[in-house]
This record gives sequence, C-alpha cells and structure tokens, in this order.
Amino acid sequence: MKNIYKLTIGFLITVVAFTSCGDQKSSKTGGALKSSNAEKVYVAPGEHDSHYAFISGGYSGNLTVYGLPSGRMFKEIPVFSQFPTNGYGYSEETKPLLETSYGFIPWDDSHHPDISQTNGKLDGRWVFINGNNTPRIARISLETFETEEIIEVPNSAGNHSSSFITENTEYVVAGTRFSVPVPQRDMSIKDYKGNFKGALSFISVDPEHGHMDIKFQVLMPGFNYDLSHPGRGKSHGWFFFTTYNTEEANTLLEVNASQNDKDFIAAINWKKIEEYVNNGGGTMMPANYAHNVYDEATHTATSTMKKEVRVVNPAEVPGAVYLLPTPKSPHGCDVDPSGEYIVGNGKLSANLTVHSFSKMLDAIENKKFDGDAYGIPILKFEDVLAGSVEQPGLGPLHTEFDGQGNAYTTFFISSEVVKWKLGTWEVIDRKPTYYSVGHLTIPGGNSREPFGKYMFAMNKITKDRYLPVGPEMEHSAQLYDISGDKMELLLDFPTHGEPHYAAAIPAEIIKNNSKKIYRLAENEHPRKATNDAEAKIVRDGKNVHVYMTMIRSHFSPDNIEGVKVGDKVFFHVTNLEQDFDVPHGFAMIGANNAELLIAPGQTRTLTWEPKQVGVWPFYCTDFCSALHQEMQGYIRVSPADSNIELSWSLGED
Amino acid sequence: MKKAGIIMVIGSLLLLGLFKFPLWNIMLGAPQYPEPLGMNIYLDGIQGVEEFDLQNIDGLNHYIGMKTIPKAEDMWEFSVFPKVILGMSLLGVLIGLLGFAGKVSYKFFIGWFVLMSVLGLLGMYDFNNWLTEYGSDLDPHAILKLNNPDGTPMSYKPPLFGHQKLLNFDVTSLPHIGGYLMFVGMSLTLVAFWLGRKFSLIKAKE
Repeated sequence: MKNIYKLTIGFLITVVAFTSCGDQKSSKTGGALKSSNAEKVYVAPGEHDSHYAFISGGYSGNLTVYGLPSGRMFKEIPVFSQFPTNGYGYSEETKPLLETSYGFIPWDDSHHPDISQTNGKLDGRWVFINGNNTPRIARISLETFETEEIIEVPNSAGNHSSSFITENTEYVVAGTRFSVPVPQRDMSIKDYKGNFKGALSFISVDPEHGHMDIKFQVLMPGFNYDLSHPGRGKSHGWFFFTTYNTEEANTLLEVNASQNDKDFIAAINWKKIEEYVNNGGGTMMPANYAHNVYDEATHTATSTMKKEVRVVNPAEVPGAVYLLPTPKSPHGCDVDPSGEYIVGNGKLSANLTVHSFSKMLDAIENKKFDGDAYGIPILKFEDVLAGSVEQPGLGPLHTEFDGQGNAYTTFFISSEVVKWKLGTWEVIDRKPTYYSVGHLTIPGGNSREPFGKYMFAMNKITKDRYLPVGPEMEHSAQLYDISGDKMELLLDFPTHGEPHYAAAIPAEIIKNNSKKIYRLAENEHPRKATNDAEAKIVRDGKNVHVYMTMIRSHFSPDNIEGVKVGDKVFFHVTNLEQDFDVPHGFAMIGANNAELLIAPGQTRTLTWEPKQVGVWPFYCTDFCSALHQEMQGYIRVSPADSNIELSWSLGED
Repeated sequence: MKKAGIIMVIGSLLLLGLFKFPLWNIMLGAPQYPEPLGMNIYLDGIQGVEEFDLQNIDGLNHYIGMKTIPKAEDMWEFSVFPKVILGMSLLGVLIGLLGFAGKVSYKFFIGWFVLMSVLGLLGMYDFNNWLTEYGSDLDPHAILKLNNPDGTPMSYKPPLFGHQKLLNFDVTSLPHIGGYLMFVGMSLTLVAFWLGRKFSLIKAKE
C-alpha cells in the first residue's frame, strides 16, 4: 500500500515536472514566434505591400482590393452592385453596366475572381469575376481598377463554376450550377431528369481590348456544375468541371443528390470544340442576353441585347467530353501548376481524390470506358486515379498549389488547411482556421507559376475573432506564411461581404500601370465641358441639361435659375483637375439616387427631378481643398407654369 | 595653341546643350505632394517636369493670388536668350578655330569668357527680377492674404538658388543639365585660355 502511495506521488511529480517544462517551452517559443510574425506582416507607414489581393465580395456583388501581407483594404470596386459611394450604377454613364435580360439588376453575388494570363503566367491586365445569381461575367481593368465590361450568360442559372481563365486568356469560362430547361419553357419541375441541361459557356476574350463574346455553350446533362479550372501546360486545351447531383434530383437535394457514391469531373477538350465550331459546328439558338461595355474615352457604358448564342451538343463532337468518376459530390476542381493533376475535392468523401491527366489520355486512347451518360463516355475511376490523400480531414473544398510540389486543401468541417505532397499524397502539415474555411488563395494559384510565399484562407464563420459587433459580422481571413515546411499563421483580417475566391498577384506586375488621372484632352463624353467657357445649360422640353465643370474650389455655373417643378435635370459634371487623387463630389439636395464622385478628367451625369419650389443647394462631397466648404451652388426651382428664363452664372454679382 | 583652340571650340559648343536641356529647375514639394511638382526653365520657355505640373502649380497659386506661369510668348527673354546663346556659341567656335589656326591670340579666349559671364550675370539678374515680381505681384482679391510678422505682405518668390520654405511647400531651385553643361563649357574656355597662355609663354622663352 505504501509502495503504491509512493509510486503515485512519484508519478504525479513526474507529470507536474513534464507539464511545467512543456509549458515553459511553449510559452517561450510562442512569444518569440509572435514577435517575428508581427514583423512579417508589418508594413511600415508609407511603405507598400508586396502583393495585391482581389477578394470577391459575395453578396456585396463587388470586388475588394487588399494588400498582403498587411491585410489592409485599399478599395472596393463596384461590379454588379450599385454603389452610392461613387454613384456607380446610379449615374447615367454607369447604369447601362447593370442592364440584363431581366431588366436593371442592381446587385449580385460575386464569387470567383481570376486574373488574366499569358503563357500560363499572370499578366495583370484584367481581373474577371462572375455574378452568380443573375449569370454574368465582368471584366475589370487593372489600370483604372474599374469595371469595364459585363456580359450576361444565357441558358445559365447560378453561374458558379466561373469565371476561370485559360492560360492565354483565350477564354473566360462560365458554368451553370443549376441545370434548367434550355430554352426556358413552361414545364413540370418533376420532368427535370433527362430534360434539363447544364450550359458550360466559353467566352472569348479579345487579346487587345479584352472584349468578351460567347463563342459557344456546351449543353451538358442536367447535373450541377460546381466549380472548374483550366488545364495548363500539358493539359492546356482542356477544362475540368466538378459535378454533383448526377442523380438529377429536383427536390431535397441535400439527401437526393448525395446518393451516388461517385459523381463526375467533366473533362472538356475545348480546343476540339473550338475547331468544331470554327468549321461551322453547333447551332445558333435564339437567346436574349445583355452585353454591356464601358468606353473609357466617352466615360460611358452602353448596353446591347444579343439575340442568339451558339450551342454545342457534346454527344455530337466525338472525343470532346469525358466524365471522370469522382467520389462524393466534389466541390473544388483544381489543377496543379504542371497540368498533370486534377484534384476533386469530394466534400462528403473521407479521402481526397486526385486524377492524372496522362492516365486520362491513356484511358481515352485505349477506350477504357465504363458506359456513358447521355452519349458522353464515362472513364473508369481506377484508370484515371493518380492517387488519393488518405483521411486528410473533413469536408474538403478547395486546393491551391505553391509551385514547390505541395498542395494546400481547405477542410470546411474540420476547419483547417492541410498541406500535402503531390505524387506521394502524404500529409505534411495542418493548421487550424478560424472558422470553417471556404476558399484559400496563393498568389498565382491558378497559373503555371504560383508565388508560394503567402496563402490566405477565407473563412465563413467569425464568432469571437474580433470585437463583437452584433449578430451580423464581417467574415474573417487568415494569412499564413508558407515559405517553410510548416505553415505559420501570421494574421487575421476582416473581409467585406462574403469572400468566395480571391486572386492575388505580386504588386510589381501591376502597380506601375495604375492610372493617376483621366486625360481631359482625351475625354470624348458627348456632354463634357472642358473649361468654364463650355459650361452651359440647354433646355430640351422638360429635360434640362447642365454642362458643369468642377475644379478647386468651385462649380461652374454655381447659380442656376429657370428650372421648374416637373423638369428632369441632368447634371453633366466634368472634373477639370489633372492632378493625382483630386476627385470632386457632387451632391444635390433631395436627389433620389446618389451622389457622384468624379475622378480628374472624368464626366459623370446625375439626374435630379425637382419636386418643390425653392432655392436648393448642391455641394462637393469630397474634401478636396482648404476651400472645400466653399465649393457649393444654388438652383432656383420655380413653379411649373413660371416663365423665368434659364440663366446661369459664376462669380457675378 | 592647337589644343587650346580645340578646347575653346568644345567649351563653346557645350552651350548648345541649352537648346535640348533645361537651364534651371524649380521643384515644389509639400505634404500633399510627395511626388513634387516641378518646372523646368528652358531657354525658350517654361515647361512642367510632369505633363500637368504647370497647370497644377497655377491651380495652387490661384489661392495666394499669383499670376499664372508665363507662356513663352509672354516674355521677351524667351525669344532673345536663344539668339544670345547661339551667337555666343558660334562666336566661341570661331575664336577657337582662329586660335587653332594661330590667327588670334589666347587673349580672345578670356575676352569671350568675360563677355559670356557679363551676359550670364545680366541673365541671372533678369531672372531674379522676374522671380521677385512673380512672387510678390499678387491679386488684391486673393483667397489667402498672408503677411510677414512685420506686417508687410508675404512674398512667394522662389529662391534663385537653393531651398526655401514657402507656406506648406519646400521649394528647391537649382541649375539643370543645360545649365551645368554651360558652366562646364565656360570653365573649358578658361582652361583654353590658361593652356594658350602657357603655350605662348613657352614660345616667348624660346
């Protein structure tokens, strides 16, 4: 008994010794690490970050610009959503960008930004992003950081497996999440199976000005097309899409679309289909979709409705499409920098499935098919499998690559990022995320040459990471240093809206292209006023056009009379400044739309419908100069039957 | 003497650099202008360092009631200076060639230098007068009317040479490439004079 007592005491002492020793050690290293991590993300005042990150805004419909490694937000670029901050989607010049076949749609759910490439490398000319809800693809200039073009995608619904770019920006690709009747028609939802179609759209990008045009749509079986990525290097010319709901269920998908042991990755040989289409293949089908283009010279967007689209039945193009069985409703579909490995992140699967491109080609060549789906050959799982990462975590969603032979996969359910090795499939490291990570980004992650220094995880749940701000919170991202063997968490930073994917790029590729002003001499806006002498007011029936200029620190004209109740006043305001970062604002009392923020050399138009007699002020909203508060004016609004003539002035007594 | 003549020619030719490069440069930096605004003063007019610098300087100067920066046609200097420099350069080349051929004495070299220095000083004097006028002839309705501590109106005359603080601006005024080429050229004519003199002394001894 005594012995047992002694033993227990001895054991306890040992345990205490070990524990305290362990504690000391960890607190020491923890402290040292923390201070060096602070240095890694510290960008001294006035210094620049080394990378840009373009983070999607999700339901904000926009795209935010961040710096890495500091996690500072520099700009929110309005894309699919009206933005009262600068009048985007409210000004007459930008309203056409939000036109669709459904009319004016002032919001969307933006998802997957991707930066243009040349020879598989980021070239930093444009960033593309998809609107998920009302299917659209936008192109944003990385010189002006403004939305330049939006094209609607017909026959699509839930534009989710988008907007990914082929390695010479030949195409920006947009796949539908929901399959729908094509063409749309009145039919029973129960007749989904076999009748609905999933359209995968290949939108060509003009190499010079970036203009988009739907080259063809592949009308696939009625699965859900979840995500996609281009082949690169050896697999350039192919595109890979994950699918779920290969059961073709139309109700209670959480159960009914989770029955098949394997869904598919659809491999599309787009070069083959392109050739087929160039030789007259496919059919032009009637359609109705908007193509909205912003002209930097006129500072104005125009919207045109396109009336037809070329569709291709994949069964009619032999050798163009194959289905690769992939376990359990794969979500992310990621291709490694060499183009050999295609990762299917089976979100309900215990293992992570990786297919081999060369094995796929081999299986195709030897016709090792395992039946077909609607005429599309299905390959055998074992014949295309490169390997699988065994039990890496729970709920894999997305994988990125560091260019050093490693892959990084996010696990939503176990809330972590797992680093594993391509080829050996061994897990090298795992780090928790806070909490429930969705996408992750490595700069250049969707290219042949990733820049494997930083990785950031975009999380869906924030909870206690920041000071509480009520029930609704911004999401949180975590930045990791991935330059060593082990990932190191460096920084938490809040993101805006719900970031899905992000695209990041070394700053030096784009920062010197960023414009400082728009040249007034190149302004071709039809209602510009490029000096005080051109300021004027023209009445056209009930429409009153005010050609106004703004420069530190006055408007010209700033006294306007002769406007009447019932008129529609168009303020065409030109900012005469040619100095970097001197925008002016224009705000009119009682404006039912927004203010305008006008960049140097730019013209913007705000519409105002005066409803009350009186003398009403307008002013500059952007603190432009020491005399900003003096930058104001008045408009006299007379009764509708008044006979006061239009007059305007500046500086007259 | 041949060597001296060649150097005299080279020195005089360096003046022609003024037709390509600015004589003088004035930079204006401020907290809001981390990339300073600047003007380059050429023989035949004033230009912005960056495309819109003059416009932006004028825009800022309107607060303190300064006149806009003169265009080439607004000042007689910009039509006369090129002629003077061209004339002096040709004269120097001529003297150098004649010296090379042994037709004129080295004393012509110093004569050219003295003439050029007098003209240069007159030019500087004129330039300084313009700076003074530009900086102090202010619009009485200026938005900002500032006085010195002694009650006299503040002048915004940029310095002729060196640095000065004007309100929120750090103004730096220095010669530019054309100016430096001119100084080097003038120094070379002095060298020519010295070589020529040495040559003639040696010759006299013989």
